[in-house]
Amino acid sequence: MSLASAPPKTEGPALKVVYKSTTKPTWCPGCGDYGVVASVERALSSLQIPTHDVVVVSGIGCSSNLPHFLSSYGFHGLHGRAMPVAEGVKLANHGLHVVVTGGDGDGWGIGLGHALHAMRRNIDLTYVVMDNEIYGLTTGQASPTSTMGQKTKSTPQGVIEEPVNPIALALSAGATYVARGFSGDPKQLSDLIAGGIKHHGFSLIDVFSPCVTYNHLNTFDFFRQRVYKLENAQHDPTDLVKAFAKAQEFGPKIPTGLFYRAEKPTYEDLEPALKEGPLVHQKAGIRGKDKVLDEFV
Amino acid sequence: MTRLVLSGNYAQSYAARLARVQVISAYPITPQTTIVEQLAKFVSSGELPAQFIKVESEHSALQVCVSAAALGARTYTATSSQGLLLMHELLHWASGMRTPIVMGVVSRSVGPPWSLDADHTDTMSQRDTGWVQIYPESNQEVLDSVLEAFRLAEDLAIRLPVMVAEDAFYLSHTVEPVEVPSQAQVDAFLPPRVPKGTLVPGKATRLGSYVGPADYVRFRREQARAMERVPETLAAIEEDYGRRMGRTYGGLVQEYRTEGADAVLLTMGTASTTARAVVDELRSEGKRVGLARIRVFRPFPAKEVRDLASRVDRLGVMDRSWTFGQMGSAATEVAAAIQSSPRRPRLSSFLAGVGGRDVGTALLREMFRDLLSKEPSGLRWLDMDPPKEVPLHG
Ligand SMILES: Cc1ncc(C[n+]2csc(CCOP(=O)(O)OP(=O)(O)O)c2C)c(N)n1
Ligand code: SF4
Ligand SMILES: [Mg+2]
Repeated sequence: MSLASAPPKTEGPALKVVYKSTTKPTWCPGCGDYGVVASVERALSSLQIPTHDVVVVSGIGCSSNLPHFLSSYGFHGLHGRAMPVAEGVKLANHGLHVVVTGGDGDGWGIGLGHALHAMRRNIDLTYVVMDNEIYGLTTGQASPTSTMGQKTKSTPQGVIEEPVNPIALALSAGATYVARGFSGDPKQLSDLIAGGIKHHGFSLIDVFSPCVTYNHLNTFDFFRQRVYKLENAQHDPTDLVKAFAKAQEFGPKIPTGLFYRAEKPTYEDLEPALKEGPLVHQKAGIRGKDKVLDEFV
Repeated sequence: MTRLVLSGNYAQSYAARLARVQVISAYPITPQTTIVEQLAKFVSSGELPAQFIKVESEHSALQVCVSAAALGARTYTATSSQGLLLMHELLHWASGMRTPIVMGVVSRSVGPPWSLDADHTDTMSQRDTGWVQIYPESNQEVLDSVLEAFRLAEDLAIRLPVMVAEDAFYLSHTVEPVEVPSQAQVDAFLPPRVPKGTLVPGKATRLGSYVGPADYVRFRREQARAMERVPETLAAIEEDYGRRMGRTYGGLVQEYRTEGADAVLLTMGTASTTARAVVDELRSEGKRVGLARIRVFRPFPAKEVRDLASRVDRLGVMDRSWTFGQMGSAATEVAAAIQSSPRRPRLSSFLAGVGGRDVGTALLREMFRDLLSKEPSGLRWLDMDPPKEVPLHG
């Protein structure tokens, strides 16, 4: 599928695109999300995607402020509802690259239902979750990925719920590119994001992106001491069963990198209405083939 | 009785604790968070033997309260803005099922554009969901109103949910001295809930069944009747509260210096405090003006407003939200209330304090000036100057 309006990539000098916007991030100094926005910029620039071919959609949370800091199209929506917005954008013009960004609370809590269905549809979106295991914006309550026993403002006696496992969840829901990054490793992270954008189908990049203000358990050091790279561990990302097994590792050692990748038709491939190309380029209105309908309208 | 320095949010938490709520369920949203965080602390320290149920959205939070209340528990939740909007479906459910839930709402603007400040669009857009709505003016009144709200909601003649809506930041995050009644005083005022029509252990019954149109309309009429009984019931509750605690708030509409007034301004929430000071100033300048604060917006105090209308020539209403194509939210309802009044004053509708713009004395003076000099001309948007500095994105 060709891009809606991308210039030919083979000729001329490489694009010098500025992906940073003029809006400065309002995140706390040291917040993990700085590494994520830098990695998104790096991924877009490595793929030479013009800013007008990218739409970044988000929900609500500190992490969901990310679209403002990029010079692409952006849509800052409702808490937990980024995914339906992104699906709408993609279906209206599937020539665009649609990146969804947000937090663990936004995506794995209030918006979980939407994420699951988007994965099941294998719609070609790139979902970057800044997972800090806390609600950052509302100043430090437990999120669906907070650790068992973790004391937060909403759980003074400690969390008593098993955290969501985003990787296992995405694998079982039908996502066809499932990865985990760490904002302390922007090189690996930007490669994973670029891989997700290139991937034809739903891609998840769940990112350990520490909240330095409200989560004193899952810090940069916590992850630095534990992460190891799947690419160095002879992991076969085409093996779903092995990917599931890797997804269960969350202790002294935590894998990052690509867990799983599969080639499958996307929702857009299967939707008859999109056979003739992006909807935005199709003629709108009733096409006159429906005699009975025409008779009655 | 002790005197503590409390924010409006902590006043909510202390009141819920004193009411001995049994089930609390909520989802965090600015500026409500500290209400629930404080309650979580009370529960975890053992000061409040209640179930605190953490959920993944406001929709779930209110659903938890509905089921807990349907089992006979005393329940409390709190939210704001988008969270209240997300609860919409369950707001109808709670009142339709006649569950006496009490909810603290921190009234905040709704998006887009995103904004966090005081505004009444969130609560006003829920005014027809069958909840009683109380709009306190001070942190003291927040505490007192929550306690009254439980008595009212659980009264067997009422059995309706009640929201106590405080202005974002002006009350939620501003502290002032608050008289906190003793547990014994509250226990005497608010006995344990007597459940009726709830699920009973050992006796299988079902809730939420389908009915035909004839039964449906009877259910609705009964619900409406319960709402019609609120003014009288609340008056009795307030009287009892006043006797025990020494504070009352004058019923559904609280009047101030309306005797002999040519013009009266109606306000809600925190703007009323400033407006009262402006009335004093104007009175000392010889202007015959007064103030009436709508304390209870649902059920709408039509009788009280008509009574006021029969005594003045000019009535103004200040709103922080409006009805498209009509006037301010309260002004529109005031207009409906006075149309059957034998003497109809000229009505002006002022929109101010939208999205948290400050309602200071100058702005209130402008309203009184308009009220006394100009002819009413539908809704007037006040204070429309652009910001002096472009705000940072955040
Ligand atoms: C319907 C609704 N409920 C609650 C909120 C308040 N709220 C804003 S962000 C947020 C949680 C953010 O957590 P997360 O998605 O993990 O993002 P982070 O701030 O940690 O990056 C909440 C509860 C809201 N905006 N809308
Ligand atoms: S509160 Fe946490 S997540 Fe939000 S900006 Fe600060 S460090 Fe980042
Ligand atoms: Mg988070």
